[in-house]
Amino acid sequence: MAKTIIPIGPYHPLQEEPEFFRLHVEGEKVVDLDIELGYNHRGIEKLAESKTYDQIIFLVERICGICSTSHPIASVQAIEDIGGIAVPERALYIRSLIGELERIHSHLLWLGLAGHFIGYNTVWMWAWRYREPILDIFEQISGNRNHYAMMKVGGVRRDIEESDIPAIEKAVDDLVPVLDMFKGVVIDDPVIHARTKGIGILTKKDIYNYGALGPTARASGVAIDVRRDHPHAAYGLVEWNVITQEEGDVFAKLVVRVLEMYESVKIIKQCLKRLKKVKGEIDAKVKEIPPGEGIGHYEAPRGEVFHYVRSDGTNRPVRYKVRAPSYMNVPTNKTSVVGGTVSDATIILAAVDPCYCCTERTTAIDRNSGKKTLTGEDLIRLSQEKTKKVARELGLPLEGKLKAY
Amino acid sequence: MVKEGVLKEIKDRLSEKILKVYEKSPRRAYIDLKPADIPPAASFIFRDLKARFITASGVDTPEHIEILYHFVFDRLGKIISLRTRLNRKNPEIESLTSIIRGAEWIEREIHELLGVNFRNHPNLKKLLMAEDWPENKYPLRRDYRG
Amino acid sequence: MGIKLKALTKSPWVFHLSTGSCNNCDIEILDLLTPRFDLERFGILLVGSIRHADVLLVTGVVTRKVAPRLKRLYEQAPKPCLVVAIGSCALGQGIFKGSYNAPQPVDRYIPVDAYIPGCPPKPEAMIMGIVKLLNKLKGK
Repeated sequence: MAKTIIPIGPYHPLQEEPEFFRLHVEGEKVVDLDIELGYNHRGIEKLAESKTYDQIIFLVERICGICSTSHPIASVQAIEDIGGIAVPERALYIRSLIGELERIHSHLLWLGLAGHFIGYNTVWMWAWRYREPILDIFEQISGNRNHYAMMKVGGVRRDIEESDIPAIEKAVDDLVPVLDMFKGVVIDDPVIHARTKGIGILTKKDIYNYGALGPTARASGVAIDVRRDHPHAAYGLVEWNVITQEEGDVFAKLVVRVLEMYESVKIIKQCLKRLKKVKGEIDAKVKEIPPGEGIGHYEAPRGEVFHYVRSDGTNRPVRYKVRAPSYMNVPTNKTSVVGGTVSDATIILAAVDPCYCCTERTTAIDRNSGKKTLTGEDLIRLSQEKTKKVARELGLPLEGKLKAY
Repeated sequence: MVKEGVLKEIKDRLSEKILKVYEKSPRRAYIDLKPADIPPAASFIFRDLKARFITASGVDTPEHIEILYHFVFDRLGKIISLRTRLNRKNPEIESLTSIIRGAEWIEREIHELLGVNFRNHPNLKKLLMAEDWPENKYPLRRDYRG
Repeated sequence: MGIKLKALTKSPWVFHLSTGSCNNCDIEILDLLTPRFDLERFGILLVGSIRHADVLLVTGVVTRKVAPRLKRLYEQAPKPCLVVAIGSCALGQGIFKGSYNAPQPVDRYIPVDAYIPGCPPKPEAMIMGIVKLLNKLKGK
């Protein structure tokens, strides 16, 4: 069979690395994948060398709009590592609090887009609707919905006011029933089972060879989590669990992300409780950075963010290296997509969560089009029949679930 | 394995190859090696000691081009960086891609931003820069002028 | 105002193009379509191809690799096509000014009709920007 190339992209604004995928297909089967980067290369590492340590936090914040507190946390930790700077306890709790709120909004965002990519726009709309209260909290704390500018070398830039705590608590409490709903609707939905189970499998060995990170690794049973392994911020001071799944397919990644949001809620609530008790400074008032080199890393929603900084004792670094999690996760697509079908390719490419937030998508040709025009009622009836059929095939109980939601 | 154990094991195994060991803190260690000793050392740390490969950082200094290969022992919370210095005139080193698949992209990046030649790299073409970016112009070098 | 432009103001279809941004403006644009803001009720629809679009939303600093593609996309757009630059990067490159891979901002490549500042602009600001642009076209 002749090989065809399906281009996907390049306009996928994926983190700092939007990509151009060339799917080589034979009929429906994907036989090879080319990944091309560089559309979004802004030269941040070079720019960082011309900025002061205070400015760098704002620069690295703008590496990615979704991990916009993960990069600053890794960055301040790298700079603190150079000088061995100790951070006040209250600031540690605030760091973790912001980081976990961000994880929730990022995972909800991914969940919505994953729904969008399998043509399930209801999930998209719902997930993004429930993401809004989290963004409101950010606006209340920091004044901006994204790019919160909370981190600072030696502490945090803003305190969490006593008067803000009830609002955060309420937003997080309101989120729990929503998460229960997503757990029920998304994880038990036969359509989602049919679209995501058993596709895009990554084995433990693949994860290890590619150095894949975060939920991608944890969904394959590799329990790496920087928050637990290298305790920083307040993660060593609160109780929480690392979520893992064994299967390594897209569905496992979905489950890991949904369950991780519960852990984030747990961490946030404990941080808020401690913030009421732990008072005092939020900033170590760092005057200068000594010469040397430092490494900082943080578990972003997509995996480990890594920053390496070298200082010569001036107020600017001589070298600033950033490694985002997708840099290690995206190459795994070469293993996970190849061998699958074209229709599964979009969701597999999106499964590592490369901030897949876009209008661009594969050109899907509906082979049944032009056959018959269906009315709205027909489509609803057909989709219900399909759902029931799929549920029967997978042996899933369906009746109660649909009624409950 | 205790925290000191890993570093001691590496020291024993690589003994005379090590130029310098610098333990910045219990969680961070830097080991200086000759360029030729990097592949066996990386292979030992990655395959035998089961460390995770984080990334590599290329640094341009006045005398050399340095490459740091960062490995992490997650269970121990320890990051070990292998440092090697290359000649600035003709920077060249063996590729690690055959040992660590995840090293492919970072080597391509260092190749185009710092001009380091990775020997036996399977696919050493441009990763980030535009197709019409001139050859022999490396933005991360000290002497780069817009 | 020509008949084409008049028709455009009734229900502008938008195409969104990221030319090297941090993703945040792009997320906020998508946010406009989700239940809280729901711009589709005003006939504003995000389309998947520039050939269907009336308005081009541009975010980002325009990296070297994207620049020729930006020009080509603008050429492919059916005219009249309005261009809206969104976010500090698209306006004047923001914090990325001076980068070796981003020589010029958007309006040096293609004509821009409206600028919406902010990092990222709030969804309300984007709505206001689009409304102002449409009102101007209508001569209000």
